[in-house]
Amino acid sequence: MLFLAYLAVLLSIASGGLALFVNQRVFVSSLWQQLPVSLRQQPFYCMTDDAHWRVVIQRSVFVLLGIASVAAIIAGLGGLLSKQILTDQIQLGLPWLPWHVRFDSLSALFFLIVGIGTGAVSLYGTGYVKHYQEQDHPFAVLGLFTGLFVAGMLLVLLADDAFFFMIAWEVMSVASYFLVAFQHENPANRRAAFLYLLMAEVGALAIILSFGVLASFSTGISFEAFRAAHLSDTWASIAFCLALLGFGMKAGLVPIHVWLPEAHPVAPSHISALMSGVMLKIALYGFIRFCFDLLDKVQWQWGLVLLLLGTVSALGGIFYALLQSNLKRLLAYSSVENIGIIFMVLGLAMIFMANGHPELAALGFIAALLHAFNHALFKNLLFLGAGIIQQQTHELNMEMLGGLIKKMPRTSVTFLIGCMSISALPLFNGFVSEWLVFQTALQVDVLESGVLRSLIPITAAALALTAALAAACFVKVYGITFLGVPRSHHSEKAVETTDKGMLTATALLAGLCFLFGIFPSLIIRLLNQVSSQILGQALKNDTALGWLWLAPVDAGQASYSAPLVLVSALIAAGVCYYFLRRTPDTLIRKSATWDCGFGGLTPRMQYSANAFTMPLRRIFAPVWQLDEQVKKDLSGALNQQVDAVHYQLHIQDHSWQWLYQPLENGVNSIAKQVSRIQTGNIRTYLSYSFVTLIVMLWMVS
Amino acid sequence: MNWLIAILQTALLVGLSPLLAGWLKRCKCFLQNRQPPSVFQPYRDLLKLTRKQPVLSHDASWLFHFAPYMVLSATVLAASVVPFIAVDLPTSATADVIVLVGFFAFARFFLTLAGLDVGTAFGGMGASREVTISSLAEPAMLMAVFTLTMTASTTNLAFAIDHVLQAGLVLRPSFLFALFALLLVAVAETGRVPVDNPATHLELTMIHEAMILEYSGRHLALIEWASQLKLMLYGVLIANLFFPWGIAQSLSLNALGFGLFAILLKLAVLTLILAFAETAVAKMRLFRVQEYLGFAYLLALLGMLSHIVLEVLL
Repeated sequence: MLFLAYLAVLLSIASGGLALFVNQRVFVSSLWQQLPVSLRQQPFYCMTDDAHWRVVIQRSVFVLLGIASVAAIIAGLGGLLSKQILTDQIQLGLPWLPWHVRFDSLSALFFLIVGIGTGAVSLYGTGYVKHYQEQDHPFAVLGLFTGLFVAGMLLVLLADDAFFFMIAWEVMSVASYFLVAFQHENPANRRAAFLYLLMAEVGALAIILSFGVLASFSTGISFEAFRAAHLSDTWASIAFCLALLGFGMKAGLVPIHVWLPEAHPVAPSHISALMSGVMLKIALYGFIRFCFDLLDKVQWQWGLVLLLLGTVSALGGIFYALLQSNLKRLLAYSSVENIGIIFMVLGLAMIFMANGHPELAALGFIAALLHAFNHALFKNLLFLGAGIIQQQTHELNMEMLGGLIKKMPRTSVTFLIGCMSISALPLFNGFVSEWLVFQTALQVDVLESGVLRSLIPITAAALALTAALAAACFVKVYGITFLGVPRSHHSEKAVETTDKGMLTATALLAGLCFLFGIFPSLIIRLLNQVSSQILGQALKNDTALGWLWLAPVDAGQASYSAPLVLVSALIAAGVCYYFLRRTPDTLIRKSATWDCGFGGLTPRMQYSANAFTMPLRRIFAPVWQLDEQVKKDLSGALNQQVDAVHYQLHIQDHSWQWLYQPLENGVNSIAKQVSRIQTGNIRTYLSYSFVTLIVMLWMVS
Repeated sequence: MNWLIAILQTALLVGLSPLLAGWLKRCKCFLQNRQPPSVFQPYRDLLKLTRKQPVLSHDASWLFHFAPYMVLSATVLAASVVPFIAVDLPTSATADVIVLVGFFAFARFFLTLAGLDVGTAFGGMGASREVTISSLAEPAMLMAVFTLTMTASTTNLAFAIDHVLQAGLVLRPSFLFALFALLLVAVAETGRVPVDNPATHLELTMIHEAMILEYSGRHLALIEWASQLKLMLYGVLIANLFFPWGIAQSLSLNALGFGLFAILLKLAVLTLILAFAETAVAKMRLFRVQEYLGFAYLLALLGMLSHIVLEVLL
């Protein structure tokens, strides 16, 4: 297994390295010339054309990435099935600090997630990068950092000491920074990338500090030593808070989520898919590893913090997603929502764990992992779908789209499946994990504390609201983007993409969404493995987890059988169809849309994305910082005639005003204070050096 | 045998739903001094619609054809989960109450998408209002149902009903709150006065009717039937969860017959109450609906809190 895991890492680095050769045809062929003639009888040599060479290199970069992802998937599945914990040491880095490697079922699960995500991207990428101009957007940069990014994510999962972990973490963060900044000709993109880098580094600092706290109580910086450490409650809580800050920043918890809706939309779509679908899960992995594995015991107060933060993130994320009209930005906010749900149920798991109900903790833990897995599938799918839309219409603003269901029939089906999964509709995978979250929340009766007992149902209510709003949000996404009549020239001229890889990637993910929606027990069995290794407790009711039934606690409490539901749905629909099958009298007649007898329906008369959410915007107005302006162009006698109406809606995150503005002002004012000592006078500076020297000497002596 | 009865029960529920709509119309006419149509009129309407030639817009996509079938089958699935005349049937184990809410969400998802499909202002308006109201109503409904399921510590409807039956007639404050919340939600979700008016075609007020304006023929019949079934389901849910007495607990012919009689009686009474309410109350403005549903949500939450604070300790 470990060999496959290394292979995946090496192959992804290799694919990055190979990308560097995209413009080096002459160099490579000159190398080729020096080889003995007998070895030169390869088709390789006949590629004298630059464009052809580039296509071949691009394709082989993604093929390498694809092989890496297959290796990662097999390693992940193998790790989950074999139930073994593999450890190793690599003699790299500093001579007295070998890198510790550990591959247990938690790593294996996330290997699987990374593998599936990367696999889809490698199928999709070739088609997607074709439209980049080599001069403006060099493929070498994109390919190199994609490879490094994937390798970094895989290494984070393998790391078993703080040093190695941080190196891998930084490789992942910095590589993804370059990917976000890839289309740097736009100032907004550069700003987004900088914000991302800043927050990633602040987060990394917090993580280093949290490791530092652990290290001071243990004998070394390997995770093995951390596990053995015993912290006092206060220090454990400090470490927890720092880890929450660090990993939460990467995962995108409200209010430290602000980089996410800025950075994800500006990266190339397959990178957004990797970042949103996979990288956020790596942050989640780090958090789970830290709290459930490294810290020796969890406290219920932490669970409460997670529960509240998760609820706020879930609600905040979906509220902001609801009003976005940029498709990728909307998807990014929806990631905040899903991460919120995951943290919420992790919090529940912690509360149950600390109160001595390990079985319910296992249920919550599995629900969190399952939702992470499902989110990786459907968010990848939706971002890749958005990428196809962007490529075919050159537009991400929903207000300019519409009617794509007829122009792009295949994409429309896979995107619909993505929307249904993320809206948590039965038969699809998103529903199963939300169902498990509800089941966990409803076990609250076993808790002693009255506060928790009344708080958890309220968060369950918030979750119900989140789920309903998510469905509303994705009805908007699908309805405005794919249905109706085209709202612009671009969407009218759109055609289905001809690239098979792109369609296969989305179809594959859609298929997985459906498969795990119908047979969730397949994956839940594997997750049970993770739970028994990390929490030391699995769901006891193994027989109730048959392939047909899902009954996490007890068959008498709750059960769900998706296959039977599917069968009965098919029967019901079949019976309807059979009785209503077309007789010659009732063949469908095509006619114009009813226009109330006035005539002249135009696409502008349809509901727009903003109009669609207007009732919700009005009902929940205090949630957003809204700036709504209506301007009328008046003319004619006494300015009575309205020529045109301009409507502008600007939505601002509350956290900017309440958290980041004061922070920025604070930093600025401190900087001003500091600038007082910078007089610009050489004598002052010399005296500073002198005083410093004296102080140092005094300290040394 | 059990499966057969479960399927028959579902078929009966589906088959009787137009009758309930007819009875409701009759009650309303009676209260409003109008000449009522026969109670079987909804059947005739459905039959008439299936024989008519459907007209589709040029702009309609495959989703528009597809949606009515999805809507009806999701609602039929929901019907298969709800215990109607007998409890403890195998179908109720395939899905619990959360899945039931999921089925309703499934049907709504397709109905709203179909509303947006043709690209008219009416469809969009209906869809937008529908998702607004449902996203407020769904949490309230879940909360109300959770109160019950927490009392019975199961989310399976059949087991919850069993629990209520075994506990006998106990006056629980949480049940009272949950009942009122569920009644309010049921009115909103099935599009009755004061939230929506199924009898008008006035653009200022319509929600459900606006969404399905472009449908005709058999497609319209399917959607109409689904909405009648939904009304029936909410009725059965309220009747059997809060007043389950009379429901068949064994599968003997006597018990089943008595169960059918009991539930029909309960539904007739519930419908009468609904008809009274619809006659006495005027439809409210769209932007008053959030207060109405917020109240329902609050009631449900109070029910849950009173369960947790008062009843767990008992």
